Amino acid sequence: MRFWRVFVSLMLVAATTVAGEIPTSERRSGYSQMSADLQRMQDDDSANPGMLWVLDGETLWGRQEGAAAKSCADCHGDAAQSMKGVAARYPAVDGALKRPIDLEERINLCHANHQGATPFAAESRDLLALTAYVARQSKGMPVNVAEDAAALPFIAAGRALFLQRQGQLNLSCGNCHDDNWGHKLGGAMIPQGHPNGYPLYRLEWQDLGSLQRRLRNCLIGMRAEPYAYGSPEVIELELFLAVRAKWLSIESPAIRP
Amino acid sequence: MAADTKPRALLHVPATAKRGEVIEIKTLIAHPMESGYRAGPNGSVLPRDIIQHFVCTYNGEEIFRAELSPAIAANPFITFFTVATQSGTIAFEWSGDNGFAAREQAAITVE
Repeated sequence: MRFWRVFVSLMLVAATTVAGEIPTSERRSGYSQMSADLQRMQDDDSANPGMLWVLDGETLWGRQEGAAAKSCADCHGDAAQSMKGVAARYPAVDGALKRPIDLEERINLCHANHQGATPFAAESRDLLALTAYVARQSKGMPVNVAEDAAALPFIAAGRALFLQRQGQLNLSCGNCHDDNWGHKLGGAMIPQGHPNGYPLYRLEWQDLGSLQRRLRNCLIGMRAEPYAYGSPEVIELELFLAVRAKWLSIESPAIRP
Repeated sequence: MAADTKPRALLHVPATAKRGEVIEIKTLIAHPMESGYRAGPNGSVLPRDIIQHFVCTYNGEEIFRAELSPAIAANPFITFFTVATQSGTIAFEWSGDNGFAAREQAAITVE
């Protein structure tokens, strides 16, 4: 009897150490698992291709658009001040929509409602450029999304999706990014899967892309059906990932292999 | 090209240098570098669209030239060294398929 009690409790301890969330002290950005060459490429603004989008975004920030013929700068002024820390707070629950929205959607809502323009298509160059420009203003600041009562149900839903096994390979996000980070999948290093550098320039894409695009990649790799751009699931997942990455520094626009 | 019709380029040229000093020049330009071997969404091959030539001149004198090939990744990053000889202008020219042409320049002061 006593043997079994000890045995079962040992098994429980083993189960919780093998699977489960990464302790806060061990959470680290994918930056730390990149080669020194790639780290230098990210850190040098004249070598980081993401800066091409940031500069495009700066141009768009000052350009009058839509029926209202207003630019972002007409309302928000100097982005270096007004947008500082904004990317660190997203995704956030929108008061009117009563659901979380990410930074891209916030920019698009502003673009449609206040500029009176046609919303940008998901993953379009202009939307990525503006997002990169806005996110860049928070570079070095810690991810700090709100975990208030309005957000909690969505965070819980995101966590459930993160731990949900899915696809033909029957994998969850956590199988790789909680349980096996730091190991190799094929030839590639498995990162912890934090969203602190988006939108980022991925060398495999030869392009700047959003977190939603990256999540689609992962889901296709798991042979699961990817979530549509802007679907509730993908936003919940983004929100949970931001909570999971709390206090990591924003690196946008980051470089990843 | 979204925000600008002019191709976006990033340059890194030191603003000042000592005479005879070896300086590093870095250039990065936005370009898809479509290889001409990839299939598009409908299965047909995407036509080649690459930068073919890159030339750097220092006060009009050519100091560096490169021929680019389809195997080079998008947004080519070219970096090289030269000796700072005199104050003036360092100019960069990229040219390629579909009449692509871009020109940028930076001023340098040599003491």
